[in-house]
Amino acid sequence: MSAALGRLRMDGGWRDRLVRASEAHRSITILVVMSLVSSLLVVFPNFNVLQGPSGWYDAFANAGVFVLLAMGLNVVVGLAGLLDLGYAAFFAIGSYAYAYSNSPFSGLDLPFIPMLVIGAGIAALFGIALGAPTLRLRGDYLAIMTLGFGEIVPIVFLNLDKWTEGTNGIGGLYRPEALPILGEFTPISPFPYMIVSLIVVTLAMILLYRLHDSRIGRAWMAIREDELAAAANGINTVVTKLLAFALGATTSGFAGVFNASKLTIVSPDQFLFTVSFTVLAMVIIGGMGNIWGVAAGAFIVYMIQAVFLKQINTVVENLGLPAFDLGPIHVDLLQINFLNYQFLLYGFALVLMMLYRPEGLFPSRERRAELHADEEAGEGAEVVGAMGGVPGENVE
Amino acid sequence: MTDVLHAVNVTKRFGGLLAVHDVEFTIPEGAIVSLIGPNGAGKTTFFNIIAGIYDPTAGEIRFRGKRMIARSRRAWLEPLLWVVPALAVALTTVLVGEAGASDIVIALGIFFTVIALMIVMVVGVARPPAYADFLTRFGVFRSARPNDMVVAGLGRTFQNIRLFANMSALDNVLVGMHSRLKATWLDALLSTPRDRREEAEARARAMQLLDLAGLRKRAHETAKNLPYGDQRRLEIARALASNPVLLLLDEPTAGMNPRETADLTKLIGRLRTELGLTILLIEHDMRVVMGISDRVTVLDHGERIAEGTPDEVRRDPKVIEAYLGTPAA
Repeated sequence: MSAALGRLRMDGGWRDRLVRASEAHRSITILVVMSLVSSLLVVFPNFNVLQGPSGWYDAFANAGVFVLLAMGLNVVVGLAGLLDLGYAAFFAIGSYAYAYSNSPFSGLDLPFIPMLVIGAGIAALFGIALGAPTLRLRGDYLAIMTLGFGEIVPIVFLNLDKWTEGTNGIGGLYRPEALPILGEFTPISPFPYMIVSLIVVTLAMILLYRLHDSRIGRAWMAIREDELAAAANGINTVVTKLLAFALGATTSGFAGVFNASKLTIVSPDQFLFTVSFTVLAMVIIGGMGNIWGVAAGAFIVYMIQAVFLKQINTVVENLGLPAFDLGPIHVDLLQINFLNYQFLLYGFALVLMMLYRPEGLFPSRERRAELHADEEAGEGAEVVGAMGGVPGENVE
Repeated sequence: MTDVLHAVNVTKRFGGLLAVHDVEFTIPEGAIVSLIGPNGAGKTTFFNIIAGIYDPTAGEIRFRGKRMIARSRRAWLEPLLWVVPALAVALTTVLVGEAGASDIVIALGIFFTVIALMIVMVVGVARPPAYADFLTRFGVFRSARPNDMVVAGLGRTFQNIRLFANMSALDNVLVGMHSRLKATWLDALLSTPRDRREEAEARARAMQLLDLAGLRKRAHETAKNLPYGDQRRLEIARALASNPVLLLLDEPTAGMNPRETADLTKLIGRLRTELGLTILLIEHDMRVVMGISDRVTVLDHGERIAEGTPDEVRRDPKVIEAYLGTPAA
């Protein structure tokens, strides 16, 4: 079987050649694919399906935020294998950075594009500050640490009300200044937001793929596979993990600045655990470790959650089905708010996913190999599989 | 000949168990030295001490003339040193504030205090070589970590194969090259010419190493799908990727059939003649040990009971006793 797989990779047909060409010219491939996707996203809403174009553009712009978040978390969880449950904290820090730089509250009005970079940089600093003391921890312990950090940050923003206006949050943020060609950023026409979001996502994807293909990306994957073996092969595990953490935070900070500039308000309740959890679910559903897979997964999950579930309500209302009784149960579809069921849906999706497709919708090659070892592996598989816990070797 | 590695009276105690006791050990340059002994004799523990995984309870390891591994000394001083720069900035801020500086200056002072603390913390966690040298000036000594030993020129394999199972054979070797590649994350982000050139060179060299291990045709296969013998040789190729001076092989022929064992013995011999490597071998297969070793050291119950050429060791009554037990009187 392994020999067959090898042959398949070596001398496959046009499909294989296409894959190889795209791997050799990643940045160009991403640019081509993203411009195709962009033109689709620009044209499609004009058909007025379910909602008008500005509704769609708005949803796409918001989806871009979650795509960014998911790609950033993918570096931490999918590539380096560090479970981060407090990812929303860096999102919050990026958002508040923009709020301080562009609001009546602080009296500052700094330009938008540089603030994207500065906000991301501030989030990165916090990522390092959290990572440096904690990255010696592993597995569950690290997850609990990050969970704690994710809880602390919104609470700090909540309780420092002299500086952050507490529960009310900082409102009335200035929108970004008009850009050439795109025009004004206004709540009525979210088109420029969508374009900026697409550009940022494309840029982030190119940069993340470059890291993924470099020695740094290999080091992350090596740490995920076997941390001790990685150290024994000359990888400074602490620095490498710290870099993954900082880059995840940077991406999150980007998303935060963009999101704050779009919502024009930041408040602590935007950054609760549900955000961290949603993004983690997106990463898992998309296919941990695979950058474009995670981006696609995040987009799909966001669209289901924010557009289609909302539309189910409208559709059901329009159908106007009469209420009926099923034995003792009274069923009235009009009374059900399907939006309330999004977490039930997540739950179902995750359970089904773990049962039937644990590697996600669009898994990376490594991941698929790992989770389908019994079907694909050759003679060597049992040996590597069995050597998991060796006493003495695992101590560090 | 100079010694590549010198272990001075190394002792390692796990709770009440004395795993390695007062072992004196040298590896001359260019030699193949074997470490043998019955199961539980402390061979792998000793090996892990050399590789930087355990700190010894007593004694030290000198690698290429430099003391690399020993018990840490004055480790408590290190966190104190970390606080010094931040304290300096904070004190300056306080003094400036007392003198009546504006709020912005004080805010900047607080900001730089935090930044100073973070920089020192990151340097302390990352422990670059310059930082370690700086610490020795204050009499602080901390053992080298496994990755520091690789940078210093040591490569190793594991008793139970520890490949990066879901990565390709080529990627496994490229990971082994990590410490010799210079591209930083910024190079990678910008895809600089230097980065691309280095990457292309690394790939070419990785293919050479796979060729040496007889795995060129399997470069793109996932490591765990390789047959057992290939996995063993891939681990050696990966260890070679860091250009080591000393190669530690922990039972490289374990679980191999006689033909694979013979091939691997030949490969080990070639590593010395073609690459000029010094090799430390832990091995149970006596044909391998007696065939290629220059010196053999025997451990039993954590103590060195014999040392010499293969012939001397073979005839040593203590060694025979350790392996076969004392004859009934």
